[in-house]
Amino acid sequence: MLAELSVSLWRGAQQGRYETYSVPQRESQTVLDVVTFVQRHIDPTLSYRFACRVGVCGSCAMTVNGKPRWTCRTHVAKVAGSGRIEIGPLENLPVIKDLATDMQPFFEKWQQAKGVFAPSKTRHDGIEQIRPDSPVRVAADAAIECINCGVCYAACDTVRWNADYLGPAALTRAWTLVNDERDAGNAARLQAVSETGGCHACHSHQSCQELCPQALNPTAAIAALKRRTAAAYLKREIKG
Amino acid sequence: MNVRLYLWQRATAALMAPLVLIHIAVIFYATRQGMTAADILSRTHGSIAWASYYGLFVAAVSIHAAIGVRNILTEWSPLRDRRAGQFAVAFGLLLAALGLRAVFAVVLS
Repeated sequence: MLAELSVSLWRGAQQGRYETYSVPQRESQTVLDVVTFVQRHIDPTLSYRFACRVGVCGSCAMTVNGKPRWTCRTHVAKVAGSGRIEIGPLENLPVIKDLATDMQPFFEKWQQAKGVFAPSKTRHDGIEQIRPDSPVRVAADAAIECINCGVCYAACDTVRWNADYLGPAALTRAWTLVNDERDAGNAARLQAVSETGGCHACHSHQSCQELCPQALNPTAAIAALKRRTAAAYLKREIKG
Repeated sequence: MNVRLYLWQRATAALMAPLVLIHIAVIFYATRQGMTAADILSRTHGSIAWASYYGLFVAAVSIHAAIGVRNILTEWSPLRDRRAGQFAVAFGLLLAALGLRAVFAVVLS
């Protein structure tokens, strides 16, 4: 095992440069450990974002050797075989400083895709019985574990080319809610994901499902949305 | 791309799939039979069937390609939806004019 890692970190905002640091290599070291070492022992002005360190919160995604990854669960040994590692901010999002991006466009697109639960009952109604093995619940469960890390959004070529595109995470969330029997917002949701920048802009490159740290399949969810919205359009439930 | 354009593009693709296969089969048949241009034109001249077949093909190609070009322009050029749409309509009309001119020449000339 190499004693030192050569670590290049993005410094600056949208304009900036990579600066190289030397970091001791350790066993079971994660990429987030490397970034934290630099911030605590070499340059305390380094900015980055993390919270839970165990792959739950979705805060720490960065570009690692050219690919978006959740850094807290990415081992250095997996991505830096040569002893060199380049870490930058997520692609397709404005850079605030160093490794921290502005996630606002990402979450605004969740709102645009109507990725918010729309209740169909009041507190006075009884609790709805949902069978876990019903087909729609199985479809809803498929992507329920999304942690909003933005890896799929950063990996997506269509997001890069088309500023209006809602992106894999927002569309996958919309598909989850389309299949939620308790939700009452499908008319507006299917309309929202059928307009310019909606699910039909997806080219099915599948970078999202290849790199999703939760092993979800946004491409499949988007394909399902395409089928559902096409049927809704032909039945005149939504406008073209 | 929205749901309306998506459905038009998929529908024209589905329509073109058999049309392309028939078109290729016709090419193979004509070349293997050693048919001359005069032989072919003698069979296509005045044929409503060939006019309908290739007329439909031209219409499908024009719509399908125009939507694709619009998509490429919105993603790869500075043109936004409206301008890209206008360019795509013009491109589709050009394809339709060229294609229908060829159909006219093969069937009616």
